[in-house]
Amino acid sequence: MPNTPLLSVERLQFERDDCNVFEQIDLTVGRGEIVQIEGPNGAGKTTLMRLLTTALQPTSGNISYAGQSIDLCRYEYLSDILYLGHQPGVKMTLTAEENLRWMAADSIGSIQDALAAVGLAGYGDVPCYNLSAGQHRRVALARLLMTDARLWYLDEPFTAIDKQGVSFLENCMSDHVKAGGAILLSTHQDLAIDGVRKYGISPHADQRGQ
Amino acid sequence: MASGFSAYLRRDLLLAYRRRGEAASPLIFFVMVSTLIPLGITPESARLAEIAPGIIWVMALLATLLSTDSLFASDYQDGSLEQLLISPQLLAMPVLGKVTAHWMVTGLPLTLASPLLGLMLALPAAGYVPMMASLAIGTACLSLVGSVGAALTVSLRKGGLLLSLLVMPLYMPVIIFGSATVQSAIDGFAWSGPLAILGAMLAAAIALCPLAAAGALRLTSIN
Repeated sequence: MPNTPLLSVERLQFERDDCNVFEQIDLTVGRGEIVQIEGPNGAGKTTLMRLLTTALQPTSGNISYAGQSIDLCRYEYLSDILYLGHQPGVKMTLTAEENLRWMAADSIGSIQDALAAVGLAGYGDVPCYNLSAGQHRRVALARLLMTDARLWYLDEPFTAIDKQGVSFLENCMSDHVKAGGAILLSTHQDLAIDGVRKYGISPHADQRGQ
Repeated sequence: MASGFSAYLRRDLLLAYRRRGEAASPLIFFVMVSTLIPLGITPESARLAEIAPGIIWVMALLATLLSTDSLFASDYQDGSLEQLLISPQLLAMPVLGKVTAHWMVTGLPLTLASPLLGLMLALPAAGYVPMMASLAIGTACLSLVGSVGAALTVSLRKGGLLLSLLVMPLYMPVIIFGSATVQSAIDGFAWSGPLAILGAMLAAAIALCPLAAAGALRLTSIN
Protein backbone atom coordinates (compact mmCIF):
# COMPACT_ATOMS: atom_id res chain seq x y z
CA MET A 1 0.00 0.00 0.00
CA PRO A 2 2.17 2.84 -1.25
CA ASN A 3 -0.39 5.48 -0.35
CA THR A 4 -0.62 4.62 3.31
CA PRO A 5 1.29 7.20 5.31
CA LEU A 6 4.20 5.85 7.33
CA LEU A 7 2.91 7.45 10.49
CA SER A 8 -0.51 8.78 11.21
CA VAL A 9 -1.66 10.36 14.42
CA GLU A 10 -5.35 10.88 15.10
CA ARG A 11 -6.94 12.98 17.83
CA LEU A 12 -3.97 12.55 20.11
CA GLN A 13 -4.38 13.97 23.61
CA PHE A 14 -2.24 13.72 26.67
CA GLU A 15 -3.21 14.75 30.17
CA ARG A 16 -0.75 15.52 32.92
CA ASP A 17 -2.18 16.22 36.38
CA ASP A 18 -5.69 16.34 34.87
CA CYS A 19 -4.71 19.08 32.43
CA ASN A 20 -4.35 18.59 28.71
CA VAL A 21 -0.81 19.36 27.63
CA PHE A 22 -1.54 20.44 24.06
CA GLU A 23 -4.42 20.93 21.66
CA GLN A 24 -5.53 17.74 19.96
CA ILE A 25 -3.01 16.55 17.41
CA ASP A 26 -3.79 15.16 13.97
CA LEU A 27 -0.72 14.54 11.89
CA THR A 28 0.43 12.31 9.07
CA VAL A 29 3.98 11.73 7.96
CA GLY A 30 4.58 10.07 4.61
CA ARG A 31 7.66 8.37 3.25
CA GLY A 32 10.30 10.88 2.17
CA GLU A 33 8.90 13.64 4.35
CA ILE A 34 10.50 15.84 6.97
CA VAL A 35 8.07 17.34 9.44
CA GLN A 36 9.24 20.07 11.75
CA ILE A 37 7.28 20.42 14.98
CA GLU A 38 7.05 24.05 15.97
CA GLY A 39 5.72 25.65 19.08
CA PRO A 40 6.72 27.91 21.92
CA ASN A 41 8.63 26.56 24.91
CA GLY A 42 6.33 24.41 26.96
CA ALA A 43 4.01 23.69 24.07
CA GLY A 44 4.60 19.97 24.49
CA LYS A 45 7.05 19.17 21.69
CA THR A 46 9.09 16.78 23.78
CA THR A 47 5.92 15.27 25.24
CA LEU A 48 4.69 14.64 21.71
CA MET A 49 7.98 12.97 20.79
CA ARG A 50 7.82 10.78 23.87
CA LEU A 51 4.23 9.84 23.10
CA LEU A 52 5.19 8.85 19.58
CA THR A 53 8.11 6.76 20.79
CA THR A 54 5.80 5.01 23.30
CA ALA A 55 7.82 6.26 26.28
CA LEU A 56 4.52 7.84 27.36
CA GLN A 57 1.01 6.48 26.93
CA PRO A 58 -1.50 8.87 25.34
CA THR A 59 -4.69 9.66 27.24
CA SER A 60 -6.70 9.31 24.07
CA GLY A 61 -6.16 9.10 20.35
CA ASN A 62 -4.51 6.73 18.00
CA ILE A 63 -1.04 6.34 16.51
CA SER A 64 -0.73 4.13 13.45
CA TYR A 65 2.36 2.92 11.70
CA ALA A 66 2.00 1.96 8.03
CA GLY A 67 -1.74 1.77 8.52
CA GLN A 68 -1.69 -0.40 11.62
CA SER A 69 -2.18 0.75 15.20
CA ILE A 70 1.18 0.66 17.00
CA ASP A 71 -0.33 -1.36 19.81
CA LEU A 72 -0.79 -4.18 17.31
CA CYS A 73 2.66 -3.97 15.72
CA ARG A 74 4.69 -2.77 18.66
CA TYR A 75 7.79 -4.83 17.91
CA GLU A 76 7.93 -3.88 14.22
CA TYR A 77 7.28 -0.25 15.03
CA LEU A 78 9.90 0.03 17.75
CA SER A 79 12.47 -1.79 15.58
CA ASP A 80 11.86 0.75 12.87
CA ILE A 81 12.23 3.99 14.80
CA LEU A 82 15.19 5.90 16.13
CA TYR A 83 14.85 8.53 18.82
CA LEU A 84 17.38 11.15 19.79
CA GLY A 85 16.17 12.96 22.87
CA HIS A 86 17.40 15.84 24.98
CA GLN A 87 19.79 13.57 26.81
CA PRO A 88 22.22 12.05 24.35
CA GLY A 89 22.30 8.73 26.24
CA VAL A 90 26.09 8.71 26.17
CA LYS A 91 27.86 6.99 29.07
CA MET A 92 30.59 9.24 30.43
CA THR A 93 32.88 6.46 31.58
CA LEU A 94 32.79 4.60 28.27
CA THR A 95 34.72 5.63 25.18
CA ALA A 96 32.93 6.93 22.09
CA GLU A 97 33.46 3.59 20.40
CA GLU A 98 32.12 1.54 23.30
CA ASN A 99 29.12 3.81 23.55
CA LEU A 100 28.27 3.29 19.92
CA ARG A 101 28.94 -0.43 20.04
CA TRP A 102 26.16 -1.02 22.50
CA MET A 103 23.83 1.86 21.54
CA ALA A 104 23.69 0.64 17.98
CA ALA A 105 24.05 -3.05 18.71
CA ASP A 106 22.21 -4.49 15.71
CA SER A 107 23.25 -1.88 13.23
CA ILE A 108 24.86 -1.55 9.87
CA GLY A 109 28.17 0.06 8.96
CA SER A 110 31.36 0.39 10.90
CA ILE A 111 31.78 2.42 14.06
CA GLN A 112 35.03 3.97 12.84
CA ASP A 113 33.42 5.27 9.65
CA ALA A 114 30.52 6.73 11.58
CA LEU A 115 32.81 8.45 14.07
CA ALA A 116 34.94 9.84 11.25
CA ALA A 117 31.84 11.18 9.54
CA VAL A 118 30.74 13.10 12.62
CA GLY A 119 34.23 14.57 12.98
CA LEU A 120 35.37 12.39 15.85
CA ALA A 121 38.03 10.41 13.99
CA GLY A 122 40.77 9.56 16.47
CA TYR A 123 38.51 10.13 19.47
CA GLY A 124 37.22 6.56 19.41
CA ASP A 125 39.15 5.44 22.48
CA VAL A 126 38.86 8.62 24.51
CA PRO A 127 36.56 8.30 27.54
CA CYS A 128 33.52 10.49 26.98
CA TYR A 129 34.05 12.53 30.15
CA ASN A 130 37.00 14.09 28.33
CA LEU A 131 34.78 15.22 25.46
CA SER A 132 32.72 18.41 25.27
CA ALA A 133 28.93 18.67 25.28
CA GLY A 134 28.89 19.14 21.52
CA GLN A 135 31.08 16.11 21.05
CA HIS A 136 28.73 14.00 23.21
CA ARG A 137 25.99 15.12 20.90
CA ARG A 138 28.08 14.07 17.91
CA VAL A 139 28.61 10.62 19.40
CA ALA A 140 24.84 10.28 19.60
CA LEU A 141 24.44 11.63 16.05
CA ALA A 142 26.79 8.94 14.76
CA ARG A 143 23.93 6.53 15.44
CA LEU A 144 22.06 8.08 12.52
CA LEU A 145 24.70 6.70 10.15
CA MET A 146 24.50 3.23 11.60
CA THR A 147 20.80 2.66 11.73
CA ASP A 148 18.37 1.15 9.27
CA ALA A 149 15.39 2.64 11.08
CA ARG A 150 12.96 4.27 8.69
CA LEU A 151 11.39 6.77 11.01
CA TRP A 152 13.58 9.21 12.92
CA TYR A 153 12.43 11.26 15.88
CA LEU A 154 14.90 14.04 16.56
CA ASP A 155 14.20 16.24 19.56
CA GLU A 156 16.22 19.46 19.33
CA PRO A 157 19.02 17.75 17.42
CA PHE A 158 20.96 20.99 16.85
CA THR A 159 21.57 21.69 20.52
CA ALA A 160 25.25 22.31 21.28
CA ILE A 161 26.60 21.45 17.84
CA ASP A 162 28.58 23.84 15.65
CA LYS A 163 27.88 25.06 12.09
CA GLN A 164 29.67 22.15 10.44
CA GLY A 165 27.72 19.78 12.64
CA VAL A 166 24.48 21.43 11.58
CA SER A 167 25.26 21.06 7.89
CA PHE A 168 26.37 17.48 8.42
CA LEU A 169 23.10 16.71 10.16
CA GLU A 170 21.11 18.40 7.40
CA ASN A 171 22.89 16.32 4.76
CA CYS A 172 22.26 13.24 6.77
CA MET A 173 18.58 14.07 7.03
CA SER A 174 18.13 14.78 3.33
CA ASP A 175 19.93 11.52 2.44
CA HIS A 176 17.59 9.66 4.75
CA VAL A 177 14.41 11.05 3.23
CA LYS A 178 15.74 10.50 -0.30
CA ALA A 179 16.14 6.86 0.62
CA GLY A 180 12.46 6.72 1.53
CA GLY A 181 12.70 7.35 5.26
CA ALA A 182 10.82 9.97 7.22
CA ILE A 183 11.82 12.41 9.93
CA LEU A 184 9.93 14.19 12.63
CA LEU A 185 12.00 16.81 14.35
CA SER A 186 11.53 19.63 16.78
CA THR A 187 13.75 22.64 16.52
CA HIS A 188 13.47 26.41 16.65
CA GLN A 189 16.01 26.80 13.87
CA ASP A 190 15.13 27.09 10.19
CA LEU A 191 16.46 24.23 8.15
CA ALA A 192 18.43 24.63 4.94
CA ILE A 193 16.59 21.69 3.38
CA ASP A 194 13.82 22.04 0.82
CA GLY A 195 10.41 20.61 1.34
CA VAL A 196 10.28 20.66 5.12
CA ARG A 197 6.69 20.67 6.27
CA LYS A 198 5.99 22.61 9.43
CA TYR A 199 3.46 21.53 11.99
CA GLY A 200 2.61 23.94 14.77
CA ILE A 201 1.44 22.76 18.14
CA SER A 202 0.16 24.99 20.88
CA PRO A 203 -0.34 24.54 24.58
CA HIS A 204 -3.86 23.58 25.57
CA ALA A 205 -6.21 26.15 27.10
CA ASP A 206 -5.77 24.28 30.42
CA GLN A 207 -2.12 25.30 30.41
CA ARG A 208 -2.60 28.91 29.37
CA GLY A 209 -5.46 29.65 31.69
CA GLN A 210 -3.34 29.63 34.81
CA MET B 1 16.07 -11.78 23.89
CA ALA B 2 19.16 -13.28 25.50
CA SER B 3 21.26 -10.69 23.68
CA GLY B 4 19.62 -7.95 25.77
CA PHE B 5 20.62 -9.81 28.90
CA SER B 6 24.25 -10.35 27.94
CA ALA B 7 24.71 -6.90 26.38
CA TYR B 8 23.61 -5.16 29.56
CA LEU B 9 25.50 -7.59 31.78
CA ARG B 10 28.72 -6.85 29.88
CA ARG B 11 28.08 -3.13 29.73
CA ASP B 12 27.39 -2.78 33.44
CA LEU B 13 30.42 -4.87 34.35
CA LEU B 14 32.55 -2.64 32.14
CA LEU B 15 31.04 0.47 33.73
CA ALA B 16 31.74 -0.92 37.19
CA TYR B 17 35.30 -1.74 36.16
CA ARG B 18 35.80 1.85 34.97
CA ARG B 19 34.58 3.10 38.35
CA ARG B 20 36.33 0.60 40.52
CA GLY B 21 36.48 2.86 43.56
CA GLU B 22 32.76 3.45 43.57
CA ALA B 23 31.99 -0.20 42.87
CA ALA B 24 34.19 -1.35 45.74
CA SER B 25 32.53 0.86 48.34
CA PRO B 26 29.92 -1.70 49.53
CA LEU B 27 32.69 -4.23 50.09
CA ILE B 28 34.82 -1.71 51.96
CA PHE B 29 31.81 -0.76 54.08
CA PHE B 30 31.13 -4.44 54.81
CA VAL B 31 34.71 -5.13 55.90
CA MET B 32 35.16 -1.88 57.80
CA VAL B 33 32.01 -2.08 59.89
CA SER B 34 32.52 -5.74 60.68
CA THR B 35 36.01 -4.91 61.94
CA LEU B 36 34.50 -2.45 64.38
CA ILE B 37 32.29 -5.06 66.05
CA PRO B 38 35.03 -6.79 68.12
CA LEU B 39 36.33 -3.35 69.10
CA GLY B 40 32.93 -2.01 70.06
CA ILE B 41 31.38 -5.07 71.72
CA THR B 42 33.96 -7.50 72.96
CA PRO B 43 37.06 -9.24 71.67
CA GLU B 44 36.03 -12.34 73.61
CA SER B 45 35.68 -15.10 71.03
CA ALA B 46 32.92 -17.07 72.78
CA ARG B 47 30.58 -14.09 72.82
CA LEU B 48 31.55 -12.98 69.32
CA ALA B 49 30.87 -16.45 67.95
CA GLU B 50 27.31 -16.18 69.26
CA ILE B 51 26.51 -13.03 67.33
CA ALA B 52 28.77 -13.57 64.29
CA PRO B 53 26.16 -15.06 61.89
CA GLY B 54 23.70 -12.27 62.58
CA ILE B 55 26.31 -9.51 62.33
CA ILE B 56 27.71 -10.77 59.04
CA TRP B 57 24.24 -11.02 57.56
CA VAL B 58 23.13 -7.59 58.75
CA MET B 59 26.29 -6.03 57.31
CA ALA B 60 25.84 -7.82 54.00
CA LEU B 61 22.26 -6.55 53.82
CA LEU B 62 23.24 -2.95 54.56
CA ALA B 63 26.14 -3.08 52.11
CA THR B 64 23.81 -4.29 49.36
CA LEU B 65 21.21 -1.68 50.24
CA LEU B 66 23.88 1.02 50.02
CA SER B 67 24.57 0.26 46.38
CA THR B 68 21.04 -0.55 45.20
CA ASP B 69 20.20 3.12 44.95
CA SER B 70 22.51 3.61 41.98
CA LEU B 71 21.25 0.65 39.95
CA PHE B 72 19.25 2.71 37.45
CA ALA B 73 20.23 6.24 38.54
CA SER B 74 22.98 6.96 36.03
CA ASP B 75 21.02 5.43 33.16
CA TYR B 76 18.11 7.65 34.10
CA GLN B 77 20.24 10.78 34.20
CA ASP B 78 22.07 10.37 30.91
CA GLY B 79 19.04 9.29 28.91
CA SER B 80 20.07 5.71 28.21
CA LEU B 81 17.17 4.43 30.31
CA GLU B 82 14.79 6.22 27.96
CA GLN B 83 16.45 4.52 25.00
CA LEU B 84 16.10 1.19 26.76
CA LEU B 85 12.40 1.79 27.42
CA ILE B 86 11.68 2.33 23.74
CA SER B 87 13.76 -0.57 22.48
CA PRO B 88 11.69 -3.35 20.96
CA GLN B 89 13.07 -6.11 23.16
CA LEU B 90 11.43 -7.38 26.33
CA LEU B 91 12.49 -4.94 29.05
CA ALA B 92 12.89 -7.61 31.73
CA MET B 93 15.95 -9.17 30.05
CA PRO B 94 18.17 -6.06 30.15
CA VAL B 95 16.95 -5.47 33.71
CA LEU B 96 17.97 -9.00 34.67
CA GLY B 97 21.35 -8.38 33.03
CA LYS B 98 21.84 -5.21 35.04
CA VAL B 99 20.84 -6.93 38.28
CA THR B 100 23.21 -9.81 37.58
CA ALA B 101 26.03 -7.35 37.02
CA HIS B 102 25.05 -5.60 40.25
CA TRP B 103 25.24 -8.87 42.15
CA MET B 104 28.61 -9.69 40.59
CA VAL B 105 30.11 -6.43 41.82
CA THR B 106 28.43 -6.38 45.26
CA GLY B 107 27.07 -9.72 46.49
CA LEU B 108 29.76 -11.92 45.01
CA PRO B 109 32.74 -9.99 46.45
CA LEU B 110 30.95 -9.89 49.82
CA THR B 111 30.54 -13.66 49.70
CA LEU B 112 34.18 -14.15 48.82
CA ALA B 113 35.37 -11.77 51.54
CA SER B 114 33.11 -13.23 54.22
CA PRO B 115 35.53 -15.95 55.48
CA LEU B 116 37.90 -13.16 56.47
CA LEU B 117 35.17 -11.60 58.56
CA GLY B 118 34.23 -14.98 59.95
CA LEU B 119 37.78 -15.23 61.21
CA MET B 120 37.63 -11.77 62.70
CA LEU B 121 34.33 -12.50 64.45
CA ALA B 122 35.47 -15.94 65.66
CA LEU B 123 32.84 -17.79 63.64
CA PRO B 124 32.96 -21.52 64.53
CA ALA B 125 34.50 -23.66 61.79
CA ALA B 126 31.21 -25.40 60.97
CA GLY B 127 29.72 -22.06 59.91
CA TYR B 128 32.01 -21.11 57.01
CA VAL B 129 30.59 -23.15 54.15
CA PRO B 130 26.93 -22.46 55.09
CA MET B 131 27.77 -18.78 55.46
CA MET B 132 29.25 -18.54 51.97
CA ALA B 133 26.47 -20.60 50.41
CA SER B 134 23.73 -18.58 52.10
CA LEU B 135 25.40 -15.26 51.28
CA ALA B 136 25.84 -16.18 47.62
CA ILE B 137 22.15 -17.05 47.24
CA GLY B 138 20.85 -14.45 49.68
CA THR B 139 22.68 -11.45 48.21
CA ALA B 140 21.35 -12.39 44.78
CA CYS B 141 17.83 -12.24 46.29
CA LEU B 142 18.66 -8.86 47.82
CA SER B 143 19.89 -7.45 44.49
CA LEU B 144 16.78 -8.67 42.68
CA VAL B 145 14.34 -7.35 45.28
CA GLY B 146 16.31 -4.10 45.49
CA SER B 147 15.99 -3.60 41.73
CA VAL B 148 12.22 -3.24 42.08
CA GLY B 149 12.66 -0.55 44.72
CA ALA B 150 15.38 1.17 42.69
CA ALA B 151 13.11 1.18 39.63
CA LEU B 152 10.23 2.69 41.61
CA THR B 153 12.37 5.48 43.07
CA VAL B 154 14.56 6.22 40.06
CA SER B 155 12.86 9.48 39.15
CA LEU B 156 13.06 10.89 42.69
CA ARG B 157 16.07 13.05 43.38
CA LYS B 158 16.53 11.84 46.94
CA GLY B 159 14.98 8.42 46.76
CA GLY B 160 17.45 6.69 49.08
CA LEU B 161 15.34 6.72 52.22
CA LEU B 162 12.13 5.79 50.44
CA LEU B 163 13.97 2.96 48.74
CA SER B 164 15.12 1.60 52.11
CA LEU B 165 11.59 1.77 53.47
CA LEU B 166 10.21 0.01 50.41
CA VAL B 167 12.61 -2.88 50.24
CA MET B 168 13.41 -3.44 53.91
CA PRO B 169 10.27 -5.53 54.65
CA LEU B 170 11.07 -7.68 51.62
CA TYR B 171 14.65 -8.15 52.80
CA MET B 172 13.50 -9.60 56.12
CA PRO B 173 12.75 -13.18 55.05
CA VAL B 174 16.15 -13.30 53.35
CA ILE B 175 18.05 -12.29 56.46
CA ILE B 176 15.97 -14.60 58.68
CA PHE B 177 16.70 -17.69 56.61
CA GLY B 178 20.23 -16.56 55.77
CA SER B 179 21.38 -16.27 59.36
CA ALA B 180 19.31 -19.35 60.30
CA THR B 181 21.36 -21.36 57.78
CA VAL B 182 24.61 -20.37 59.49
CA GLN B 183 23.17 -20.74 62.99
CA SER B 184 21.82 -24.25 62.39
CA ALA B 185 25.20 -25.35 61.04
CA ILE B 186 26.96 -23.98 64.12
CA ASP B 187 24.46 -25.66 66.43
CA GLY B 188 25.10 -28.94 64.67
CA PHE B 189 21.76 -29.27 62.89
CA ALA B 190 21.16 -29.88 59.20
CA TRP B 191 21.41 -26.54 57.40
CA SER B 192 20.06 -27.61 54.04
CA GLY B 193 16.49 -26.70 55.07
CA PRO B 194 16.87 -22.93 55.49
CA LEU B 195 19.28 -22.86 52.55
CA ALA B 196 16.68 -24.59 50.37
CA ILE B 197 14.13 -21.94 51.37
CA LEU B 198 16.63 -19.25 50.36
CA GLY B 199 17.03 -21.07 47.05
CA ALA B 200 13.28 -21.10 46.56
CA MET B 201 13.17 -17.36 47.27
CA LEU B 202 15.89 -16.81 44.68
CA ALA B 203 13.98 -18.82 42.09
CA ALA B 204 10.85 -16.79 42.73
CA ALA B 205 12.82 -13.53 42.68
CA ILE B 206 14.50 -14.36 39.35
CA ALA B 207 11.12 -15.07 37.82
CA LEU B 208 9.23 -12.11 39.25
CA CYS B 209 11.56 -9.24 40.13
CA PRO B 210 12.82 -8.36 36.62
CA LEU B 211 9.22 -8.19 35.41
CA ALA B 212 8.19 -6.07 38.39
CA ALA B 213 11.21 -3.78 37.96
CA ALA B 214 10.49 -3.43 34.23
CA GLY B 215 6.89 -2.50 35.01
CA ALA B 216 8.05 -0.03 37.64
CA LEU B 217 10.45 1.60 35.17
CA ARG B 218 7.63 2.12 32.68
CA LEU B 219 5.50 3.54 35.46
CA THR B 220 8.11 6.02 36.68
CA SER B 221 8.85 7.21 33.16
CA ILE B 222 5.31 8.55 32.82
CA ASN B 223 6.28 11.97 34.11
